[in-house]
Amino acid sequence: MDFISILSIFVMACFVGYYVVWSVTPALHTPLMAVTNAISSVIIVGALIAAAAGAQADGGQAAKWLGLVGVVLASVNIFGGFAVTERMLAMYKKKERK
Amino acid sequence: MGALFVRAAPFAAALLLPVTPALAASGEPVNPWVAAAYLVAGILFILALRGLSSPETSRAGNRYGMVGMLIAVGTTLVTHSIASLPEIGVAILIGGGIGFITARKIAMTDMPQLVAGFHSLVGLAAVLVGIAAYLNPGAFGILDATGEILTVSRVELGLGVAIGAITFSGSVIAFLKLNGNMSGAPIMLPLRHVINLGVLAGIIGLTAYFAIAPTVGTGAIFWTIVGLSFLIGFLLIIPIGGADMPVVVSMLNSYSGWAAAAMGFTLGNTAMIITGALVGSSGAILSYIMCKAMNRSFISVIAGGFGAESGPSDGAAKIDRPWKRGSAEDAAYMMKQAENVIIIPGYGMAVAQAQHAVREMADMLKEEGVNVKYAIHPVAGRMPGHMNVLLAEANVPYDEVFELEDINSEFAQADVAFIIGANDVVNPAAKTDKGSPIYGMPVFDVEKAKTIFFVKRSMGGVGYAGVDNEVFYMDQTMMLLSDAKKMCEEIVKAL
Repeated sequence: MDFISILSIFVMACFVGYYVVWSVTPALHTPLMAVTNAISSVIIVGALIAAAAGAQADGGQAAKWLGLVGVVLASVNIFGGFAVTERMLAMYKKKERK
Repeated sequence: MGALFVRAAPFAAALLLPVTPALAASGEPVNPWVAAAYLVAGILFILALRGLSSPETSRAGNRYGMVGMLIAVGTTLVTHSIASLPEIGVAILIGGGIGFITARKIAMTDMPQLVAGFHSLVGLAAVLVGIAAYLNPGAFGILDATGEILTVSRVELGLGVAIGAITFSGSVIAFLKLNGNMSGAPIMLPLRHVINLGVLAGIIGLTAYFAIAPTVGTGAIFWTIVGLSFLIGFLLIIPIGGADMPVVVSMLNSYSGWAAAAMGFTLGNTAMIITGALVGSSGAILSYIMCKAMNRSFISVIAGGFGAESGPSDGAAKIDRPWKRGSAEDAAYMMKQAENVIIIPGYGMAVAQAQHAVREMADMLKEEGVNVKYAIHPVAGRMPGHMNVLLAEANVPYDEVFELEDINSEFAQADVAFIIGANDVVNPAAKTDKGSPIYGMPVFDVEKAKTIFFVKRSMGGVGYAGVDNEVFYMDQTMMLLSDAKKMCEEIVKAL
């Protein structure tokens, strides 16, 4: 993809983010941070590419190990972020009507 | 090659065809199914955030997020050479195990430091990916025809590692401060603004030079950018005090998003770009909400030092004024007689882990026919929504919990305002005293309530802003000097 199409996607996504996040209820701002944390770990994609590439080039071996460490870090975040969000959201209950 | 993939209509079949990584390079054809899969992942992430507009839809939203992540990771794995698959599996197991166990065990009161810790990992992962891309650019498809890293990719790489490194070191400091390993008080270096601006200018200048310099010898420039960025993250956060942490945590949340987006630009990956933009805007909006709730500008928060200037002497002088001390029995008696009680929790409730005791007290009052509501200020606690999570943990129904603007008009009808662990957010000086550091901050109109109970550990301490609170000395105020949890338990006994 050329730079300008990528940039267009980025700018559009910023606008989507702006409107979506304003609609989040303030009571759920902590779960919002936890879940954004989990999804920003989509950076794991980059780490996977580095780890999968192996020794294709001079720096490939080093890059592979950096990628693997990146996979570990991002996995902590993905599993931890989604799990803690799930735990928090399960606690939000409505008043029981008698 | 491109035509082959276009013809490969069945989705699964297309995914199974290993795509050489170089195909993902900017300007080269990309497998449309792969691009579509990343787009779907991005849309699922949008739905994850959309779900948070109400507690009822939020859990479904979280599931969308998980599916999105699964698609993004799965797509990457099947489209890249899977030679390292065992190692990758082990890495995911180790990381996932640590993350999952931490998420299960963490106390809800420790949520701010957990989130700060998680932010630091995203930042560090971004730095590692950036370095890996620099070392092995071929695998990331960012080489031009002559075998040099593309200029535009160099800018993206430089920015990506810089933002990632700032996120990492900044979050580590925020974590240490929130976790109590480091004093929450601002640490002020002399000339810090000059140093910070100098380092920032250095990073920007070096990134520009890194983009245009010939490849030979760029190593030193690249590593200097990484090093300076770690340094600036550290320098930026140490002067910021504990009360401003909600803004800092939100800001670092935003940075972790921009770091992911910058890496997404490098890889031409839509899932990363969409997610990065979402997280970036989310953190930015939260920072804005927090700043507005304190009537402070973002710049003044980042400049740091808030709460450092208050001398203990002037605080002590004011405490000589007369005030009334109440007991748990007084509070129990008055609240039992009341029709409307509004509870205002603050960071002190989190520190004392008093949320369960508070809910028990509220339950007893409700049985007596008292109408109990909770009022939460946007900056109560150490991160956005901190108090809401704690109350939810204690089984307080979320429809009894109200935001500042929704409940503030009700204080005039309230018989009792029960303030527990909050201070600055109920300080009328914010409305009346132009000289006060918190002037202009929206606060609860507690002084309109008929009776005020103020749970506080001692009279000596003032809020984080270091300002004395008129409410302590009002005729209708009774100070309940005790640990928040103990006091609530005593009130429960007396009820």
